[in-house]
Amino acid sequence: MTALARWIAGHRSAAREAVRRLAYAPLNASLAILAMAVSLALPAIGQMLLGNALGLAEQVAPTLEISLFLSPDAGRPAAEQVRRRLGAHPGIKGIRFLPREETLARMKGAAGLGEVIDALPRNPFPDAFTVRPADTAPAAMDALAAELRRLPQVEHVQLDSAWTRRLDALLRLGRLGILLLAGLLGLGVVAIAFSTARLQVSTRTAEIELSRLLGATDAFVRRPFLWAGALQGLLAGLAALAVVAAVTFWLRGPLAEAASLYGLEWQLRGPAAGDAATVLTAAAALGWLGTALSLRRFLANT
Amino acid sequence: MIEFRRVGKRYPGGGNDAVADLEFRIDRGDLVVVGGHSGAGKSTLLKMIPAIERPTVGAVLVEGQNVGALRPSALPFLRRNIGLVFQDQKLLFDRNAFENVMLPLAIAGFPHREAGRRVFAALDKVGLGDRERAMPSALSGGEQQRLAIARAVVHRPALLLADEPTAHLDPETAAAVGGIFLDFHRVGVTVLVATYDRSLFPGARRLDLDHGRLRG
Repeated sequence: MTALARWIAGHRSAAREAVRRLAYAPLNASLAILAMAVSLALPAIGQMLLGNALGLAEQVAPTLEISLFLSPDAGRPAAEQVRRRLGAHPGIKGIRFLPREETLARMKGAAGLGEVIDALPRNPFPDAFTVRPADTAPAAMDALAAELRRLPQVEHVQLDSAWTRRLDALLRLGRLGILLLAGLLGLGVVAIAFSTARLQVSTRTAEIELSRLLGATDAFVRRPFLWAGALQGLLAGLAALAVVAAVTFWLRGPLAEAASLYGLEWQLRGPAAGDAATVLTAAAALGWLGTALSLRRFLANT
Repeated sequence: MIEFRRVGKRYPGGGNDAVADLEFRIDRGDLVVVGGHSGAGKSTLLKMIPAIERPTVGAVLVEGQNVGALRPSALPFLRRNIGLVFQDQKLLFDRNAFENVMLPLAIAGFPHREAGRRVFAALDKVGLGDRERAMPSALSGGEQQRLAIARAVVHRPALLLADEPTAHLDPETAAAVGGIFLDFHRVGVTVLVATYDRSLFPGARRLDLDHGRLRG
């Protein structure tokens, strides 16, 4: 039998034993999983809300667009050329063309401007484009605006970067808050796993002692506890995601209704697959870590 | 196979030596009975072979290796080659007979199927072939002792150590348990038994202890 086969057999047996141990005291295991799930759910909900806030901000903030004004002398063929270049640009998510005639008509309709505009000898408005950048980070938008300024026939590029900077600062603050919250509550998960493992060890002292007398290494003793810790963490992660899904379900209707009152078509979305995978991985890792710390202390003292 | 070289042991806080000046040799395939009154040092002598206790002076050699000087990380590999029957049996009462006997094989990393075959063979050998699902609490004293023996031999060790394996058993059951050890000795296993009842092991070499010292 190869060392690898022994290692795999050892882990398979430890995983089975871990499930057995959790099933042996279901109430204790469930309470620990519940406490861990609550700690994991809070930052997960925060992350989900932040992701949604970003989507909402993109709708609310028209200035996440860049406006391009062509030279008044530029004809429609030049405008068509600019449109093709914008359409082929990888950093641009969407473009809208505003013909000068449309702008004139809109301005005429505006209260009190009709007579003024009629008095003008010719249409003073240029053809224009609004561009939706793929990356709305302030630095990326600045760079894109600078690039667009260099296009032929483009006379003026307008970007309200102050707004994007404010939004970015708010989002960074939100992310930092969630990171701090996740850090603190992650410590809580480690502490719960630590205590749970200590309780499990105290009820299995005789078995551990016997195993050592029969030739068990510390790794053999640790293995089922570590599996149990990781498994508890994973189950807590799943429970936390269920909580996030429930929150999303309950908030979706009222929030969509509130958004529609502001003329926005917006719906709360659940966590992305990547975020869910992060929650599960982190939960299992924290459960494992708390258990490992607890066992390290126990094995060093026996 | 086993050699004691002027071995002495004093427990911390203990006034007298638990054992002193022990010097003897046990060869492969020997059947040895360690006798003596209660507190004579029989258990201490046995515990020093798998390094559960370490000598205060002298050296215990197993297969030429000074086990008292082994690093803690090396102890598991020494113990996996020895079968141990404890005075208090040390059965796990939340595991059935099969799972109790399985433990040494799980520790040694045997694949599940091969381990299962060996467990059934060991249970058959001690007459518990039909009790694999029984919890230890449902077994009689004699059956519990046989279960402890099955666990000690399931990994087929070359050396079997037993500490008072027939204590608290009625004479008939004690004779049956003694017979199991004799069977293992017949197939070449080195057997070392600490017992007050030498009559159960006819033909065995005797090591008699008196207040921690070998007599005669």
